[in-house]
Amino acid sequence: MSQDCIRLEFKVDSENFASAGSASESVKTQLKLLGIGSSDVRRVAIAMYEGEINMVIHADGGKATVEIYHDRVEIILADRGPGIADIALAMKEGYSTAPEDIRALGFGAGMGLPNMKKNSDEMRIESKLGIGTTIYMTVRLT
Amino acid sequence: MERKFVTLDADKCKGCITCMKRCPTEAIRVRGGKAKIIYERCIACGECIRCCPYHAKKPVYDPFEMIHAFKYKVALPPPTIYGQFNNLTDINYVLDGLLRIGFDDIYETARGGELLSQATRRLIADGKAVKKPIIGTKCPAVVELILLKFHNLKDNMLNLLAPAEISAKLAREKAVADTGLKPEEIGVFYITSCPAKVHSLSLSGFVDGVISFSEVYFKLINEMPKIAEPRELSKAGLTGLSWAVSGGEAAAIFGNICFAVDGLENVMEILKEIEDDKLMQTDFVELNACSGGCVGGVLNIENPYIAKAKINALKKYTPISKNDMDALGKPIEFFCNEKAYEVNEVMKLDDDRARAMSKLMQISEIYKHLAHLDCGICGAPSCKAFSEDVVLRGQELSTCIKFRLPDLHQNDG
Repeated sequence: MSQDCIRLEFKVDSENFASAGSASESVKTQLKLLGIGSSDVRRVAIAMYEGEINMVIHADGGKATVEIYHDRVEIILADRGPGIADIALAMKEGYSTAPEDIRALGFGAGMGLPNMKKNSDEMRIESKLGIGTTIYMTVRLT
Repeated sequence: MERKFVTLDADKCKGCITCMKRCPTEAIRVRGGKAKIIYERCIACGECIRCCPYHAKKPVYDPFEMIHAFKYKVALPPPTIYGQFNNLTDINYVLDGLLRIGFDDIYETARGGELLSQATRRLIADGKAVKKPIIGTKCPAVVELILLKFHNLKDNMLNLLAPAEISAKLAREKAVADTGLKPEEIGVFYITSCPAKVHSLSLSGFVDGVISFSEVYFKLINEMPKIAEPRELSKAGLTGLSWAVSGGEAAAIFGNICFAVDGLENVMEILKEIEDDKLMQTDFVELNACSGGCVGGVLNIENPYIAKAKINALKKYTPISKNDMDALGKPIEFFCNEKAYEVNEVMKLDDDRARAMSKLMQISEIYKHLAHLDCGICGAPSCKAFSEDVVLRGQELSTCIKFRLPDLHQNDG
């Protein structure tokens, strides 16, 4: 473990839909212990929650790595899902490829990626069709 | 006032871990064979009083006798107490009874509840309300919980006084007008069985004392049978009486999406949802630490479900509301909570972020080496809490069962 960051790793499990969001919950708890300001905690939690749900809906789960530095939180969400065909289109509010049964649960409104972008200071998407998607997000702490 | 809501009868405490495991904010440790409350983390919910098998925990009340220090004494009975009597057909028996046991007047907090409902509706209609979803603040244990663990929701908290506080202000004004005495010669006393209300009202400065309902109850059951025909004293309607039960406050908002949640575990789940922006469509959320609402209060005499049924029966044929802020001539400002809510930073590991991070790393490192049984034998409610105690409070690592029974996991197969 390097001295200047706290590194947390989560397996995002697609088997149990009901547990989706638990990694973001855990990060939230740790950030509160550190006394991080509540609006920053909220941004990290929402960005991460949306990413987690995306991995469960589209990619059969994946891995979330969170690094907490004194001035920022870095979130890496990596999956081996189908990949995103058109990233610009996927970033549009309201665009969704979520299946009907997922929409019935109230997800798939096409706000996942836009919300992640909105709540992070930097966001980068690497995606290859048939191989997977990795999303890098940075949330700066005030 | 110090943050001491619950006291321990050390002779009765066996040092079992029941209260420690049930405390929703992990504010209890067992040290030297006795339960010890970390008061800075205590939200006065009363869960430890409720679950102690040895009745070793007690809330802190003011003694009944203190009412005699005042020239004119006014009791503030909450609607919850109407559900605590057998065969009660008329609320006025309770109110008349209070006048017989030493009070000069009564002011039902159900009236304050009705006014608060109206004030909340007006605040929303005028667009002056806080951030949506609005979180009702009548339950002081929930208020403490939000200030301790959900700092982000401070701006969602309704910025109006609680029913008992509104009633206390109005009761004192009325007593001054009725008697010509000075405000300080009038004693206003809230009657409750809720440790959280004891604390919040004592701090509020609106009342002169908070008296235990059970003490009043035994005086009342002696006096009430002597009343042939009670005087017409009750001035509360259906809305006010409904404040005793989970859902009453939310229903009186008349809003689109308003709902009530009761029981602390459920409350915490909803607060997490609000924190993650998942209830943006909701107008108002009523939160009750106790299951069933205030009728589920820890030291009530009657079972909460029965108490609720009794109050429902008493509500029949009462008008929706008998209190009106305009008729009273009170502007919205009269009902506003002038004190800003201040968050409780006690959960923070350190004021300095670098030091907090280093502590969190040490805590995680220690946690890795524990048994993860959350057995409580060390005197901490969970292995996570124990790791914190080792790093922050000098707890000996050797008190963990894993280091005392090295072959603990050998039979795991």
